[in-house]
Amino acid sequence: MKLVTAIIKPFRLDDVRNALSEVGVSGMTVTEVKGFGRQRGHTELYRGAEYVVDFLPKSKIEIAVSDDMVEQAVEAITNAARTGKVGDGKIFVTPVEQVLRIRTGEAGDNAL
Amino acid sequence: MGINRLLPAAALAGLLLPVIAGADDLNSGDTAWMLTATALVLFMTLPGLALFYAGLVRAKNVLSVLMQCFSIAAAGSLLWVIVGYSLALTPGATGWFGGFDQVMLKSLTIDSVSGTMPETVFVMFQMTFAIITPALIIGGFAERMRFSAMMIFSMAWLLLVYAPVCYWVWGGGWLAEMGFRDFAGGAVVHINAGVAAIVAAMVLGNRRGFPTTPMPPHNLPMTVTGAGMLWVGWFGFNAGSALAADGAAGMAMLVTHLGAAGGCLAWMAMEWIRFGKPSVLGIVTGMVAGLGTITPASGFVGPAGAIVIGLTAGVVCFWATMFIKRKLEIDDSLDVMPVHGVGGILGLIMLAFLSDSLGGLGLDEGVTASQQLMVQLCGIGATILWCGAITFVLLKVIDLIVGLRVNEEQETEGLDIVMHEERGYNL
Repeated sequence: MKLVTAIIKPFRLDDVRNALSEVGVSGMTVTEVKGFGRQRGHTELYRGAEYVVDFLPKSKIEIAVSDDMVEQAVEAITNAARTGKVGDGKIFVTPVEQVLRIRTGEAGDNAL
Repeated sequence: MGINRLLPAAALAGLLLPVIAGADDLNSGDTAWMLTATALVLFMTLPGLALFYAGLVRAKNVLSVLMQCFSIAAAGSLLWVIVGYSLALTPGATGWFGGFDQVMLKSLTIDSVSGTMPETVFVMFQMTFAIITPALIIGGFAERMRFSAMMIFSMAWLLLVYAPVCYWVWGGGWLAEMGFRDFAGGAVVHINAGVAAIVAAMVLGNRRGFPTTPMPPHNLPMTVTGAGMLWVGWFGFNAGSALAADGAAGMAMLVTHLGAAGGCLAWMAMEWIRFGKPSVLGIVTGMVAGLGTITPASGFVGPAGAIVIGLTAGVVCFWATMFIKRKLEIDDSLDVMPVHGVGGILGLIMLAFLSDSLGGLGLDEGVTASQQLMVQLCGIGATILWCGAITFVLLKVIDLIVGLRVNEEQETEGLDIVMHEERGYNL
C-alpha cells in the first residue's frame, strides 16, 4: 500500500477529484495549505508599503491506494493537475505500513 | 463667508459674535439644513472614520481603533459642552484664546440664536468637528498606544490645540482678523490632525517590525464602506460650513463632490503608472485626499477650480505618502499627515489662486492672490508650529505620567486583547 500526497493548484482540485474517481479511487483527504517551490510569490502594495508574499495557497490531496493502483492514480493526478506552468505542484509516494477501517476493524487492502 | 463661522454670508462685517436675538432672525430652512449637516458630520466619525480606520489595521487591533473613535466621540462631546465651545468660539480677552462665558453653556437658552440658527444647533455642529479632529489623529499612533494615554492625550489636545486654533480661524481670533481663509477646516481640522499624528508617530516610535514586516490592512471592504460614508458625510462638513441653506451651501456641495472625484482618479492614475495596477485602497485614499484638500477651499472656488484641486490633491498626497513612508520611514500608520495634513496645506494655498480664477467666487475687495497667499502661509505656519509644539510637549508629559506605549509583548499580542479583553473575530 502507498500513500500518495499531491500538492496542486487549488483551481485544479475538482478535475483531480473526478480523474481519481474515474480510475477507482474511492476516498481522499483534502487540505488547504500554503507554501512555495519554484513558483515565486507575489508582491502586494498598500499605499506604497510593499510586501512580498512568499507563501501561495495550494491544495494538498492525500489518498491511500493498493500497490497495483499507484501508477494509475499518479497518472490521473498528473494529467488533471497539469497546466504546464510553474507551480503545478508535486506528488509524493510513500509506503504505508498498515491501514485499518475503524468501523469494522478490517485491515490492509480490504480497508482501502 | 466662511472666514468667520459666526458670520453668515449676509451678516455685516464687524459683528463677530453670536447674538441673542428675537425669533425673527431664525430661518427654519437654514436651521433644518444645519440639523441635517450636524448629523452627517457625526456620521463621518461614527461609523465612517471608525470603519475606514478599523479596516486598515491588523485583525488583532480592529477593536482598539473602533473603541478609540467611540470614546473620543463621547468624551469630546462632554468636554465641548463643559469648556471647549466657550474656549473655541466665544470672545476672549486676546486674539489667541476664547473666553469663559459659555462654560457649561451657562448662557445658552432655547431662544439663543447664532446667525440664523438656534445656538444649540451651532454648538452641536461645531462639536462634531471637535470630535472628528482628534479621531483622525489616532491613525498616526494606531496599533501601539495605551488606551488611557490615548484618552488623556485626545482630550488635552482638544483643549490645548483644537480649541485655540478653532478660535483663531473661526472664533474671531487673530487669523480671522488677518483675513485667513479656511472655509471648513483645512487648518483647524486637517493640518491639526496631520501634524499631531506625525508628531505622535515619531514620539511613540514606529510599530515593531515597521517597515520590514508586512502589516497589510485586515479588511479592505470595511475600509471602503467607511470611505463611502466619509464621502457622503463630507457634504455636511463642507456645505454645512456655509451655515445656511443657500447658494453658498449648494456650491460647496458641488465643489466638494468634484474634489473627491478628482482625488480618486488622480491617485488611481498615479498607482497605475507607478506600480502597474490601480488599487481599491488607492482610490479611496485619493478620495480622502481630494476631500481634505477641497475642504478649506470649498466656500471659495468654482467647479473648474475644484477639479484642479482634486486632481492635484491625488498626485501631491500620493507622493507625500511615498516620501514619508519609504524615504523618511516614519510610521504615521494610517497616513494622516500625508493625506490630511498635506491636503489641508495644499487646499489652503490653492484657494488663494483659485478664489478669483476658474469660476472662483472672488477674493475680498482690494486683496490680490499673492497677498492672500501670504496670509494663508502665515496661518498654515502658525497652525503647524502651535500644533507640533503643544502635541510634542503633551505626549512627553503623558509618557512620564502613565506611559504612552504598550510593551513589545503586548504589541505582538494585539491591543484588542491587551487593552480591552476582547477579540474582533471569533471565527
